[in-house]
Amino acid sequence: MAQPETIIEVTGLRTQFGRSVIHDDLDFTVRRGEVMGVVGGSGTGKSVLLKEIIGLITPAAGTIRVLGGDVLNDEAAMQRARESWGVLFQDGALFSSLTVAENIQVPMRERGGLSQTLMDDLARVKLALVGLPADAGPKFPSELSGGMRKRAGLARALALDPALLFLDEPTAGLDPIGAADFDTLIRNLQQSLGLTVVMVTHDLDSLVAVTDRISALVDKKVVVGTIAELMEQDHPWLRSYFHGARARQVAGMAAPNVEKR
Amino acid sequence: MTEPAAPHAASFDIAENSAAGAGGRLFQPVGAWILAQASDLDIQLARLDPATTPGLRIDGGRLTQLDTAGAWLLVRLARRLEVQHGKVEFVNFDPSHATLLERVAEVEPEVEPLNAARPNGLTTFLARIGAATIGVGTQARDLVGFLGLAMITLGRSLKQPHRFRLTALVSQIEKTGLDAMPIVGLLTFLIGVVLAYQGAETLRGFGAEIYTVNLLGVSILRELGILITAIIVAGRSGSAFTAQIGTMKVNQEVDAMQTMGLDPVEVLVLPRMLALIVTLPLLTFFANIMGLLGGGVICMVLLDISPDQYMRQLANTTDISHFWVGMIKAPFFAVIIALVGCFEGLRVSGSAESVGRLTTQSVVEAIFLVIIADAAFSILFQLMGI
Ligand SMILES: Nc1ncnc2c1ncn2[C@@H]1O[C@H](COP(=O)(O)OP(=O)(O)OP(=O)(O)O)[C@@H](O)[C@H]1O
Ligand SMILES: [Mg+2]
Repeated sequence: MAQPETIIEVTGLRTQFGRSVIHDDLDFTVRRGEVMGVVGGSGTGKSVLLKEIIGLITPAAGTIRVLGGDVLNDEAAMQRARESWGVLFQDGALFSSLTVAENIQVPMRERGGLSQTLMDDLARVKLALVGLPADAGPKFPSELSGGMRKRAGLARALALDPALLFLDEPTAGLDPIGAADFDTLIRNLQQSLGLTVVMVTHDLDSLVAVTDRISALVDKKVVVGTIAELMEQDHPWLRSYFHGARARQVAGMAAPNVEKR
Repeated sequence: MTEPAAPHAASFDIAENSAAGAGGRLFQPVGAWILAQASDLDIQLARLDPATTPGLRIDGGRLTQLDTAGAWLLVRLARRLEVQHGKVEFVNFDPSHATLLERVAEVEPEVEPLNAARPNGLTTFLARIGAATIGVGTQARDLVGFLGLAMITLGRSLKQPHRFRLTALVSQIEKTGLDAMPIVGLLTFLIGVVLAYQGAETLRGFGAEIYTVNLLGVSILRELGILITAIIVAGRSGSAFTAQIGTMKVNQEVDAMQTMGLDPVEVLVLPRMLALIVTLPLLTFFANIMGLLGGGVICMVLLDISPDQYMRQLANTTDISHFWVGMIKAPFFAVIIALVGCFEGLRVSGSAESVGRLTTQSVVEAIFLVIIADAAFSILFQLMGI
């Protein structure tokens, strides 16, 4: 378990909607046990990349391997992969006709073999883990605030303690304290459960606090590295992203070579 | 118990704890305490009698894997033991397992069940009857209120014709009228066929088969044409209104509209209502023709009544008032269908499930009200002697 084994491997990926090309010959790898941040401007195809890996969109070309199996062509590998990941969508995607607790129990039910009491208990544990009050359980998604829905979505993604967790902007819409808690939570879970996390985020605090490496989507490709490495790149978007005023504050201690004014 | 054979086996041992002095015991979880094992462990732990297991410490030294489900089982066990034996300590845990245990230990003990207990059957039954009755009452009141609101908005927009949404109206006329013609035409044609066939069979017994034409004329023009059309339109367009407006409610599009100063009744309800007021009479007219045509075909085939004879018989025996009685009902039914459809759509809140439920309800309610109104018209025309 110690060696950095590749858990996701995307090669030569090409994505096209009509005539607009989103990804072109893109490579993206994630190693077991790391937290991979994905950044990029709006509309650069971060969510689309995630959806391709989890099999919701079929790319125009390229291969995608998850846990060693070719998920594009091998239905059995896809099934295995599906059982080992949890996904938090950008807008929560909770089932609106089920309560929050029932939403969390959907994957458990699907898996089978757990008693109702144990599922109720586990639903409460997940709610507490993601920082929701216990009385959120019997509520319907439409009765929650945006940030609470996000947490409920995470609780559902964590329902089966997946080995691989995809998070699309998990901290967007959370208050700063909640967001920091959330980062700690991801870190904790990652360490105690040995999770591998792929996390799309715009939040520099999260990037610094949680991620091991970062993949930046620029020019339809991925530039990958630690935060310090990416700061040394001189692509204009990366420069303005990592060297903006806010970035300097956040990353002040993370990277000593930030330009001073 | 033995060491786990497979990497994913989980069990536990209870060992004497010499370090803690006499009577001290260690509870040792062994192997992978993960979700896949949770239901087995749950059953085994339930058999454990807290009174005979004075395990004051839980020792994590032999754990290989722990996830939230396993952590919860340990925390729950500790809580159960604590009731009898005082504080239970977690020792020897891997740091990452310890953090997870700490987090899970913060979960408050259950105060009340997540799903509230069900009251007994009879009470529920009575309560549901009561709630349904009150629901029907408020529903009726709100619907009348909505009718008023729509009329006021209509009046206002007649005063300011430039605010009127012509494009939306035309598009709705196409969707509710033109697109409905094939199904309305086909169904009424078949109704005409069935009616003529049955009528001819019965009337032939009296040698009065020529009266089949009278039967067709009166029943199609007066009742069936409009009623069948209204029912089809309620199923087709009324449900579409509810689903469209309801989905817009779920996506908060209606809220967005209001913040921009757009009145949902003016933008969404009026074009739909006016479109149906235009199309339902036209569809009814078309339905009448198709019904009479269907009947005519049967008369020709079965009774040897020539088209010419059929037309003459129809014109001589069927008063034009029957036609008008049918047609006059159309705009009223149109208002009922459109109002119910839009009203139910605007009542949608939150979930996708409520869109489905209210769409069903809107169709049922619209058809119900149309038939009630039809009965009321019958009584009215009876009194007027038409
Ligand atoms: N189903 C689709 N059909 C056509 N184009 C699409 C579709 N989904 C996404 N796109 C396009 O793909 C591009 C990338 O979209 P994507 O949602 O991945 O952006 P993103 O990087 O996640 O941005 P954001 O940070 O705003 O969430 C956008 O230009 C979008 O218009
Ligand atoms: Mg996105």
